[in-house]
Amino acid sequence: MKILVCISKTPDTTAKIAFTDNNTKFDTAGVQWIINPYDEWYALVRAIEIKESKPDTVLHLATVGVADADPIIRKALALGGDEAFRINLDGADSFQVAFQLAQLIAKGGYDLILTGKETIDFNGSSLGGLIAGINDLPYISLATKLDIADAKAIVTREIEGGEEVCEVNFPVVVSAQKGMAEARIPNMRGIMAARTKPLTVVEPVTQEPLTSVTAFELPPAKAGVKLIAPDQVEELVRLLNQEAKVL
Amino acid sequence: MSVLIIIDAAEGSIKKSAFEALSYGADLAAQLGVTATGVALGKTEGDLSALGQYGVNKIVQVNGDQARSDDPSVLASLLTALVTREQATVVVFSHSLAGKAIAPLLSAKCKAGLVTGAVGLPTTENGFVVKRSVFSGKAFAHVRIDSALKLISINPNSYKINTGGSAATVESVLLTAAAPRITITKKQKSSNELLLTEAETVVSAGRGMKGPENWGMIEELANVMGAATACSRPVADAHWRPHNEHVGQTGIAIAPTLYIAIGISGAIQHLAGVNRSKVIVVINKDPEAPFFKAADYGIVGDAFEVVPAFTAAVKKLKGV
Ligand SMILES: Cc1cc2nc3c(=O)[nH]c(=O)nc-3n(C[C@H](O)[C@H](O)[C@H](O)COP(=O)(O)OP(=O)(O)OC[C@H]3O[C@@H](n4cnc5c(N)ncnc54)[C@H](O)[C@@H]3O)c2cc1C
Repeated sequence: MKILVCISKTPDTTAKIAFTDNNTKFDTAGVQWIINPYDEWYALVRAIEIKESKPDTVLHLATVGVADADPIIRKALALGGDEAFRINLDGADSFQVAFQLAQLIAKGGYDLILTGKETIDFNGSSLGGLIAGINDLPYISLATKLDIADAKAIVTREIEGGEEVCEVNFPVVVSAQKGMAEARIPNMRGIMAARTKPLTVVEPVTQEPLTSVTAFELPPAKAGVKLIAPDQVEELVRLLNQEAKVL
Repeated sequence: MSVLIIIDAAEGSIKKSAFEALSYGADLAAQLGVTATGVALGKTEGDLSALGQYGVNKIVQVNGDQARSDDPSVLASLLTALVTREQATVVVFSHSLAGKAIAPLLSAKCKAGLVTGAVGLPTTENGFVVKRSVFSGKAFAHVRIDSALKLISINPNSYKINTGGSAATVESVLLTAAAPRITITKKQKSSNELLLTEAETVVSAGRGMKGPENWGMIEELANVMGAATACSRPVADAHWRPHNEHVGQTGIAIAPTLYIAIGISGAIQHLAGVNRSKVIVVINKDPEAPFFKAADYGIVGDAFEVVPAFTAAVKKLKGV
């Protein structure tokens, strides 16, 4: 069994969101970068658990990015995985990124391709579906559970007001969310081992993006809080009803 | 030429997010001077022509087993055929569970640029540019779509629902696609509770509630307000509440009209998922809690006293 986990680099959740170049670029000054939480906590950890239960599993990681993504992919390798690929492209949109990964996947013969539900910077929630669409693979989105049995993936996915269990043959693309695994912290052995695991840089194939960001914008600041005394709850209800008109 | 609007109808019933998408698609079609066509996949409850009230001209009902498929690839390939048949230039989805599954597959099949999480109508002066939410609600991006066919999925609670349109014409079509590759072996409905992403009002509580045994008063407040319940991440992590109530940057992002945060400190990761709410009320005993900076109304006080009084006051207002 061969698994590929797609890893994205995102700003830390506490990073200040600001823009430069006339609001056309994200201001990276002072920003700490992390592995996208959905990729790390759910997709990667679940893949590691599968490898732990079936040691002959081959687990590869891949990212699309330039050299500054290397520390992130090494961090991911410290958690687990045999080797990693970095496709050397500063991706402009999800389609362009998915197209690169789809080529790697077509060549690599993977059975299971895992992505996070979305990245916490662009929140596209589209990468897994794009890869599946480009390579004509089945796609299960927003999975909360994943098991392997009889050369099939048994996946629980979220549906409106509930969950359903699906069965699918390999190869398949699955996007992972909360419930699938619990976050882990890399140990010293993992960190040491990650230094010598292969990290192959792959040159990108030509594919124009289909979309481009023309400008960013910050939401307007709140006017400020109106405080109501704790023994005046009826006044709060009156304000919500008559002033804010939301009750 | 037309704008297609994919009607989100989980289990056959058409939901509010679909009314928003239909209104958005109708307004966009008017702006572009083309036909607004709603697409109903599989059996839906009720009279489809009545969906004209949201401003659409026509509804295409796709019949056949495949239109009810649980495999999003099957639905995407039906839609690929429909795009050609209806000469669509734009396809509008709800950024819901179904939309998140199908839209990227259609994008890949048609090489059509996709903008997810849209919060407003496109502008067309300098290319086709759509405003969307990014950085978990902390900012917006204006994204230009350069492909001929354009796909947009709109965030729930982000577009005004139209009223008063005249009846739509309804047309049935039978389309075929490749066989499904996904088999459903079990369905579990948690309940018929109000969907968190669609709720107008959300009552949310955090670690300040001390333990799961104290959620009765939260549920009661939510009940009298007709609200959905939500919680902060540590509350879900500790299994005080189910995972599907966890809102924030790494949980569900919501944009209700009214968000009431009780005993939640307002950490940046929590705010990221709720700051698109129209009005935020914060109840916290600590006047320094960061949530007050993001709030419209606040009470500095003990939740165990304020919440029951709040419930009583709402009951009084509603005369129940
Ligand atoms: C990568 C990352 C991602 C994260 N993602 C999320 C996310 O998606 N969603 C999320 O919620 N968090 C997220 N967090 C966690 C976040 O940083 C906070 O730790 C969390 O939101 C705090 O939850 P809380 O406000 O319930 O608890 P606390 O921070 O412990 O706050 C409890 C609050 O209750 C108040 N309180 C106590 N007793 C009472 C009382 N009797 N009456 C009234 N008020 C009272 C206190 O004053 C305090 O403000 C994330 C963290 C990281 C690092």
